[in-house]
Amino acid sequence: MKRFSVLSLVVLSAVSAYAQEKPAGAAAPAPEEVRIRALEEQVRTLAEEVALLRGELKTMRDAKQADPATGGHLLLASTRIEPGVLPSSTSSTAAPTAAPDPNPAAPAAQLAQTQTYGGATSNAKLLNPDISLIGDFIGTAGRNTVSPSRSLELHESEVGLQAIIDPYARADAFISFGETGVNVEEGYVTFTSLPAGLLLRVGKMRAEFGKVNTIHNHALPFIDRPLVTNNLVGGEDGIDDAGISLSRFLPAPKNWFLQGTAQVFRGDSSDVFTASRRQDASVVGHLRLYRDLGESTNIDLGASYARGHNTAGVGTAFHPENFLTNLYSADATLRWKPLRRSIYHSFLLRNEFFWSARDQLSPLNVFQTQHAFGLYSDSEYRVNRRWTVGGRFDRSGRATNASLTDTGFSGILTYWPSEFSQIRGQYRYGHLWDVPNDRFTNANEFLFQFLFVMGAHGAHPF
Amino acid sequence: MRRKEMTTRSSALLAACALIFAIISPPASRADSKLRIMTATTDLASLAQEVGGEKVDVESIARGYQDPHFVEAKPSFLLKLRHADLLIVVGLELEIGWLPPLISQSTNPKIQVGAPGYFDASRFAKILEIPTGQVTRAEGDVHPLGNPHYWLDPENGLRIAKGIQNKLSEMRPGDAAYFAQRYDSFEQRLKQADEKWLAEMQPYAGRKIVTYHRSWPNFAEHFHLDVVGYVEPRPGIPPSPQHTVELIGQMKRDGVKIIVVEPYFDLKTPNAIARDTGGQVVVLMPSVGGEKEITDYFKLFDYDIAKLKQAFDTTK
Repeated sequence: MKRFSVLSLVVLSAVSAYAQEKPAGAAAPAPEEVRIRALEEQVRTLAEEVALLRGELKTMRDAKQADPATGGHLLLASTRIEPGVLPSSTSSTAAPTAAPDPNPAAPAAQLAQTQTYGGATSNAKLLNPDISLIGDFIGTAGRNTVSPSRSLELHESEVGLQAIIDPYARADAFISFGETGVNVEEGYVTFTSLPAGLLLRVGKMRAEFGKVNTIHNHALPFIDRPLVTNNLVGGEDGIDDAGISLSRFLPAPKNWFLQGTAQVFRGDSSDVFTASRRQDASVVGHLRLYRDLGESTNIDLGASYARGHNTAGVGTAFHPENFLTNLYSADATLRWKPLRRSIYHSFLLRNEFFWSARDQLSPLNVFQTQHAFGLYSDSEYRVNRRWTVGGRFDRSGRATNASLTDTGFSGILTYWPSEFSQIRGQYRYGHLWDVPNDRFTNANEFLFQFLFVMGAHGAHPF
Repeated sequence: MRRKEMTTRSSALLAACALIFAIISPPASRADSKLRIMTATTDLASLAQEVGGEKVDVESIARGYQDPHFVEAKPSFLLKLRHADLLIVVGLELEIGWLPPLISQSTNPKIQVGAPGYFDASRFAKILEIPTGQVTRAEGDVHPLGNPHYWLDPENGLRIAKGIQNKLSEMRPGDAAYFAQRYDSFEQRLKQADEKWLAEMQPYAGRKIVTYHRSWPNFAEHFHLDVVGYVEPRPGIPPSPQHTVELIGQMKRDGVKIIVVEPYFDLKTPNAIARDTGGQVVVLMPSVGGEKEITDYFKLFDYDIAKLKQAFDTTK
């Protein structure tokens, strides 16, 4: 404020001196010219003022970041610390204000130049989204004739971009670079400030269908996905489509958490849903019920429904739009994590059950609905800060032929060198239907995985 | 005919969804009631309670004996966050692993990042260990914005309380005088207590200690202690045999006898180090509520200083 008044004084005197000089001039300029000059002068003054303020802002910012230069460690009673204000911000901003600069405009102009170039670019970077990349390298050894995977592959490199868009929304994008191409795994905007407790999400997203469908590859507690995901719910990508999602907390008894989600998608998800017409949208509904059983233990229950069109009728004499797939799922998760030792021990038990009702043509070309069921049961235990052991049981019919039931189980061992890398081994046994040979075969495989995270620290999955 | 049935079904489904959302009216707001404050940690809750008094309801998400880096984003916290008027966070990316999803899913516009009800306490505190130059995770789980355990310095406690006072007065101008009076009383009591604490710690000024995690720089600075090593080789990296051997050597050379451990770390390695060096493991509480008797910000320092004094006296 003081500086401002000094500056205005200088400017005023300059202007008045200039005005006094004017009549003394030999050829008196036209009044318009005088006015323009006065305006120019005014603009210049304003520019100087802006520069000065910028400089002040910068010193304040710098002061805030720098270590406050307090004079040693003194008694609170004896030091006059100013709570709520960093001591240094007053001391370092005091420097430019204190000495009444005879010519404040000159250093201010310099400040303005460094501010315009250096400041603008470095500040622009602050607005970059949080960027991360997660590399997922998978190796496979052993025998599997039904669904063989490559011996070594950089299975996926997932780039995550996350930012707050404006006071009303945030956006998240996950772009997955695989061995064969690029895929926007998810890219959506979440509106966080809607009335009536509504949470709206628009974009491409993993559908809120059960648990495993919502989890990205790198956050799964196993290397592969359960058999039932591959057989009934679209494999690795699952139900992942462009659409709109609306969720809301629902009234529930005390201490229970109930959330309802309704989603509408275009209707194209892997091989589960295919939209051949614009109105073939798919819908997903999800209810989540959660309760803390104590500070360490909790249960998480879910029921989901999804409906969309499939391709069974395409190219037949039937109306293709009559062929629907209805999916139902129920999930239950029990978690235990003692708060005092949360980084050393935890336990999770999860069961998920699926029912697929798929309209299709029988071998005799009769319209029928194929009801296939599947489930997986997974548990993991954190032994210490670095090791986790887990197991999974799989059983699932096939969506197109429910009489064929694949069975499998896995043992999983995970090691964390740090929070940002992970090494995992998985033994997988499968009793799988071999379609070309028309018989069941056994698959015995060993999978290993290296995960590495660079960039922004993401949220821990729950 | 099937198509018709399908259309009916889908419209029924949509109608059901619409109905669900329509029936539920937004919760009636309690006019002129207490301000509902949620805090990330118990220390901030204690400071908010000091200033807010009976005009506020305060609750912390994390417990005092819990590692604040690794809180789980449980849906039960959403129920509490969605009605909060004010959310006070530690900031400096301490809660980065769990708070952002809770905030964005809370459906509470008041506490979104940058909204008036989002209060980052680190903006009022003196921050130490701000990395300069290149920052990489070769140094472990570093906090690029500085050490987030800044509340363990009473001066910072006072600064944060002042910030909270201003925020509460801004939210409830009618109670501004009440909050100012509460703050003044807090300031006076804290200064008295600090004088006592500093006097108690005076005989041990300049003593060298080892801590498990880098949780204590502000505490050590205020009470004139010298932290010379850490049980963790790097922040967030569990102890390694090689680093432990080096640390034992260093402690023997420098005559360091005290190993300060947070309540949420395993005591195996610290105990082994203590056995080798003839030192002592002291479990200090970094937060209010770490032990039952630590019910507020004052008792936190009372507890930690009593423990430290005892340890210094027995390891002379």
